[in-house]
Amino acid sequence: MQARENLWRPWGLLSPALTAILLLLVVPVCFIVVYSFWLRTATGADIAGFHLDNWSEVLGDAFYRDILGFTLWIAAATTVICALVGYVPAYFIARTRFRHKALLFLLLMLPFWISYIIRTMSWINILGASGVVNVGLESLGLIDAPLQLLYNQWTVIVGLVHFLLPFMILNIFVSLDGIDDNLVEAARSLGSSEWQAFREVTLPLSLPGLAAGSLLCFVLAAGTYITPLVLGGPTDAMFANLVFEAIITQLNWPLGSALSLVLLILLGMLVAVYNHFVGMGQIARSFG
Amino acid sequence: MNPFSGWRLIRLGTILVYLFMFAPVAVVILLSFNSSQFGSFPMEGVSLRWFVALWENDAIVRAFRTSLLLGGLTALISTTFGVLGALAMVRYDFPGKNLIATALIAPILVPEVVLAVALLLFLGAIGVPKSFPLLLAGHVIFTLPFVVLVVQARLVGVRRDYEEAALSLGANPLQTFFQITLPLILPAVLAGGLFAFTISFDDITGTLFWKPGGVETVPTQIFAMLRNSISPEINALGTVMVIVTVALPLSGVALARRLGRRQRGA
Repeated sequence: MQARENLWRPWGLLSPALTAILLLLVVPVCFIVVYSFWLRTATGADIAGFHLDNWSEVLGDAFYRDILGFTLWIAAATTVICALVGYVPAYFIARTRFRHKALLFLLLMLPFWISYIIRTMSWINILGASGVVNVGLESLGLIDAPLQLLYNQWTVIVGLVHFLLPFMILNIFVSLDGIDDNLVEAARSLGSSEWQAFREVTLPLSLPGLAAGSLLCFVLAAGTYITPLVLGGPTDAMFANLVFEAIITQLNWPLGSALSLVLLILLGMLVAVYNHFVGMGQIARSFG
Repeated sequence: MNPFSGWRLIRLGTILVYLFMFAPVAVVILLSFNSSQFGSFPMEGVSLRWFVALWENDAIVRAFRTSLLLGGLTALISTTFGVLGALAMVRYDFPGKNLIATALIAPILVPEVVLAVALLLFLGAIGVPKSFPLLLAGHVIFTLPFVVLVVQARLVGVRRDYEEAALSLGANPLQTFFQITLPLILPAVLAGGLFAFTISFDDITGTLFWKPGGVETVPTQIFAMLRNSISPEINALGTVMVIVTVALPLSGVALARRLGRRQRGA
């Protein structure tokens, strides 16, 4: 009796969460798969059935392909910059003997609590026509009129790096922190230089964290539409902007379904590749 | 290569990265106290006029109320579901556990835009329009994995002995949960709840899809105000948001620490 109860108890505990995931995620995603084969007429009515029109438009039209390419470029550039820039503080926090190491770590967590929209729009105060940079340069007499620094793909990348850097630093830190100091010591005592020890011991051992951080950065960057709306110019639309346009502005829901599935399939493949080589446990470790 | 100069470079780099992360937010906070009419540099003086303007702006006060209610309810539901799920994952072994673990974090593996579209269209098809319940459902589903992960990480450190002792002394499972397990895992529950609240309070990506016309949360209100131009009012609103989402969790962490210490001391 007791044994049977124990067999069912975990499922009882899990049932609210699993029901929510089933009803609010799994079934809805299956629903938009079906919906993406429907058609939306000019009058706004849906035609049910199995039509390939949306898919041939999304996959065949150069317009969508260009924006997809642009989105992948922005996400890749953001990820590479985050990895290069984020490794330095992660390494410092993991290795420093500084007394206030805990404070440095707490500061690193702080941006997670500061709103995304605030951090994004804060760059307007820095790079805008009356922002810090322009006012500073003008008061130094270096420029006569404000420079147009905002609203291009580079400010989109700056905004995304600013948003995603903490994810990268945290993941790299977690794997650097797990490295046994003796390994580096051993390499050093066997005659390798500081740089060699880093390149051949520390760096390879931190790759799982680097991979976890990169996955998060890439997936989150590729799915954004707010940053290009706030910091990008009119030609800097990303793929998620197309989804938003189709669903909210044009009300073409079947087309929007197909567009969002393209994003899901592409990023899903990336997650699957990552899961095969590294495993999801690495990301979960940064919550410990 | 001189190792000291290498380390010095790393330290300098770290300082620069921290500056990059915090300077823009510091500028938002600084400018929100600016007394000049256009709210940009140079600062003319210190004033609270923009905070007063916020308080007198009905749309902003309404947005705050919506955000607080939404965040509070999201935290309540998400934490309840998440704590129960995390207990099952940490305390029991059962077939298919790996698959369940993946299912529990699935909402963060799916890009939020896709989740937003799927939920909007599916619930729309079964008769739930853009509304507060839709917003709540959306916020619960994408905060759930974070709660599960945070609570799971903390639960691993809570020992089972006390529960087993209570059970063997004749307490029923429900009594054991409320009198033994829950007090022991309270810091984890609080951490999960605060996390869910903050994520919900900050969210804009899903919220813009789900919110009905005329209803704004604080982030969507800021976004709508940005359409005109950046005003000192936005900076003031940003400052208030930073205070809510940073000070609240920090005091929560301090509270959890104290609770935890008292337990260990007892």
